[in-house]
Parts: sequence; structure tokens; C-alpha cells
Amino acid sequence: MFLEVTLQMLDGFKLTVFIFLVTLLGALPLGLIITFGSMSKIKVIKSITKAFVWVIRGTPLMLQIILVFYGPGLILGSKGIGRLPAVLVAFIINYACYFSEIYRGGIESISQGQYEAGQVLGMTKTQIFFKIILAQVIKRIIPPMGNEIITLVKDTSLARVVSCVELLKAAQDIVGLKAIIWPIFYIGAFYLLFTGVLTILFGKIEKKLDYYKG
Amino acid sequence: MGNESQGTTVLKVENLCKSFDKEEVLKSVSFELNKGEVLAIIGSSGGGKTTLLRCLNQLIIPDKGRIIVNDDVIFDDALGKENEKNLRTKRLHFGLVFQQFNLFPQYNVFNNLTLAARLLAKENNKKNGGSQEELKKEYAKIDEEATKLLERVGLKDKMKAYPCELSGGQQQRVAIARALILNPDILCFDEPTSALDPELTGEVLRVIEGLKSNDNTMIIVTHEMEFARRVASKIIFIADGVIEEIGTPEEVFENPKSEKLKSFFSKSVEVISQNS
Ligand SMILES: Nc1ncnc2c1ncn2[C@@H]1O[C@H](COP(=O)(O)OP(=O)(O)OP(=O)(O)O)[C@@H](O)[C@H]1O
Ligand SMILES: [Mg+2]
Repeated sequence: MFLEVTLQMLDGFKLTVFIFLVTLLGALPLGLIITFGSMSKIKVIKSITKAFVWVIRGTPLMLQIILVFYGPGLILGSKGIGRLPAVLVAFIINYACYFSEIYRGGIESISQGQYEAGQVLGMTKTQIFFKIILAQVIKRIIPPMGNEIITLVKDTSLARVVSCVELLKAAQDIVGLKAIIWPIFYIGAFYLLFTGVLTILFGKIEKKLDYYKG
Repeated sequence: MGNESQGTTVLKVENLCKSFDKEEVLKSVSFELNKGEVLAIIGSSGGGKTTLLRCLNQLIIPDKGRIIVNDDVIFDDALGKENEKNLRTKRLHFGLVFQQFNLFPQYNVFNNLTLAARLLAKENNKKNGGSQEELKKEYAKIDEEATKLLERVGLKDKMKAYPCELSGGQQQRVAIARALILNPDILCFDEPTSALDPELTGEVLRVIEGLKSNDNTMIIVTHEMEFARRVASKIIFIADGVIEEIGTPEEVFENPKSEKLKSFFSKSVEVISQNS
């Protein structure tokens, strides 16, 4: 029984990890593009990006998943895009928006003096960004990124609204089918383990960047 | 070099104008500077001193006028906008030491000095099709120069320290060394001691004074009147974007002509007596 449940859980856990990784892979770079948009000097791009970020951050992720899954079929009459792809698209867009705001906060927190110091030393804009600004931004965004990424682990459970059998859905199904409660606590351990590993990882990175202040 | 270079004009500023929105911050500023001269710029807050330095360093682009360094036209409103690449080379004529130091926190003292110089060396090496060997030699030269400069500002033992581990005075001395490593024709200081605790200003002012030589041309915006009087060979008093008075320290301090300068001095005396 325990073994059987464990195997089922592992299947769900695999999907959870998959959603988590693909979301990160997509949202980390997409977030940067959105950041550039929201900091653009061109007013139209800036306004559109900001409105988009506001909508995405201002509505539940669950709603966005449902919309991406059912939307194309109902609105355009097309066939829709499958459960897992819909989940991934919604997650990537949603998290990219959150990340973009963290990036923006990080970039804007660097004093103008750092750019100017680079400029008077004859550095190019690219050199200034990559040799001076970037490392400082990374240091500053690591703590909020850690929080956001841990939230992502737990948010993966939202995938079940379109019947993706991730970890929580897997447990829920067993609980309903076999009328036992302990799998719910069991998966709690999975989540704790996952977030625990991430907490330690981010702690390590923070420590590594702790050799300077500022 | 030596004495024959004394007296040659290094910097010519002609009719420099700069406005922010509708506010005229520099109203046709003109002056000249000879090699080896130390120019102190004084004046009350908001007069346009920082703006002038930033125009020279091309951190902001003036609206009108000309800036010429050693016969190289740095800025001329008649020529239109410079592209980024030319702007960079022109900036290198000037060094700038900021009020807030602006060291790079993630690099240690030594790398703060060498970062830009190494990047430049690499770029030049690539442009000239130089070999890796030659680049290594260049790097070695830069490292040697950095060590010398740190010795000069009295911080050789702090080479491996990070800016956050230094006092304000030490940070500013590093910033001075960093500005010197690219060998600017003119080194500018914007209130280099204003962000420092009073007991730390001395060490920084001493370093600046020690730089005085026939080769080093410097422009120092400062509120330290004693220092300006002792170190500068020329004083400019600027008020509301206009050079109200220009002359030797004796002329300006002993015989202020304009009412504005007289009232500025009486105010500074008040501040000094209040502080003590
Ligand atoms: N980037 C800017 N945008 C708009 N106005 C500016 C800008 N920089 C400076 N100013 C204005 O220009 C005027 C001159 O400023 P500046 O900083 O050159 O004075 P300052 O002589 O250096 O004063 P302080 O002694 O306080 O440093 C001020 O009225 C200031 O408000
Ligand atoms: Mg100023």
C-alpha cells in the first residue's frame, strides 16, 4: 500500500518538478524582456508593458490557467492547446511578470553614480551593465527571487484546475479513492523537502555574495 | 615636459550654456586653464558648479558653447550630437572624483583601479590586432601603475580590501587613484570632502594637494576656503550660472569686487564660526 501510494506520488511529483523547472527556464529570461519593456524610453511600449504586468499580477493565476486552457477553444473556436502546455504558458507569463518587477526594482535601486563612475572611466554602456551593474543587481534580487521561487513550488498545485495530475492532485485522487487521509500529510513532506532544498540553495548563494556590502 | 609645458593652455571653455527645462543653470561660462594649474570653483549651493563639471566630463551635454582640450574639440554646439564612441574617447580627457566616491562595491580596491584600464587595453589590443602576449604585458603595466598609485594615496596595504571595509576618507583616496590611472589631462573633483566626517577631510585634501605638479591640471569644486586659497592658482566664483569673479587667490580672497562674492564670504564666515 505504502509503496503503491509512493509510486503514484512520485509520478505527481515528477510533473510538479517539471512545471517548476520549465516555468523557471521560461520566466527568468522572459521577465528580463518585460523589464526592458517597462523601463523603455518609448512611452507606448512602457505603458503597454506596465498595463500587461498590472493585469497579470492583479488577477489570480488560477483564472489565467483556465483562460489559457479554455480561451482559445471558446473564443476562437480552435482546438485549444492541451492541458500541460496551457499550464506552462500561464505559469511562464505569470511568473515572468513577477520576476520583471523584481528585476526592475533591483536595477532601479542601483545609484546613478555607479553608471556615471563607469562613464567617466570611458566604459561603454554594455561594459557598465555587465561589469558593474549586473552583479550588484543580482545580489539585491536574490532574496526576493528566493521568496518568489518558493512560492512557485507551491503554486504548481494550481495545475490541477485543468486536471493536470501534479503532486497535490495525485494525493487528492488517492484520498478520495481509498478513503485514507495520510497521503495528504505525506505530500506535505514532499513540498517541505523541495522548498527546504531551495531555501538552503538560496541561503548559500546569498552567503557567497556576502563578501561585500552595497 | 617640465617647465616649458607650463603656461600652455590645456583647457578652453567658451560660452558654455546649459538649461534644465526652462531653468538656465549655466549662462555663457568661459574660462581658460593652463597646464599644471589648479582651479578652485567656489560658490553657493545651486550655482551650477556641479553642472559645469558634468558638462566638462560630458555626463550631460551642454546646450551651447565649446570645450577644447589640448586643441581637441571636446564639444562644439555647431558640430551636433556626438556618437557614443567619440563621446567615450573625449571623456577620457577628463577624470572625475565624485562627492559620493562611487567605488564599485563588488570589486576590491585594486580591481576598482584596474577594471576600466584593462577593458581599454583589451579593446585597443583587439583593434590593433595585438597578440595575447602583448595584452598580458599591458595588463602587467596597468597592475604596476595601480600599485604605484595606491602607494601614492597611502593605501597600498588596503589593495585587497573591499570598499565597504574602508572609511570614507580611504574610499575617496581610492577614487582619486582610480581617476588617475587613465591619465586624464584634467582631473576634476566635485566637493571631494563634503560627504566625509570632518576628521577625515584632512587626509583627502592632503592627497589632492600632493598631486599638484607641473603636469597635473586640476579643477576642484570645494567649500573648503582655506584649502582653495592655499592650493589653487586660480579661483572662480560662480553664482546663478555666471562667473562673477575669476582671479588668483589673492585677488579673489583679499579684494572681492562683486557684492555677491562679498556676501558669500560673510556667509561662509558665519558658517565657520557657527561650527566652531
Ligand atoms: N539633472 C537636473 N535636472 C534638472 N535640474 C537640475 C539638474 N541638475 C541640476 N539641476 C539644477 O541646476 C541648478 C544648479 O545645480 P548644481 O548641482 O550645478 O549646483 P551646485 O553649484 O553644484 O550646488 P551645490 O553646491 O549644492 O552642489 C540647481 O538649481 C539644480 O536644481
Ligand atoms: Mg554640486
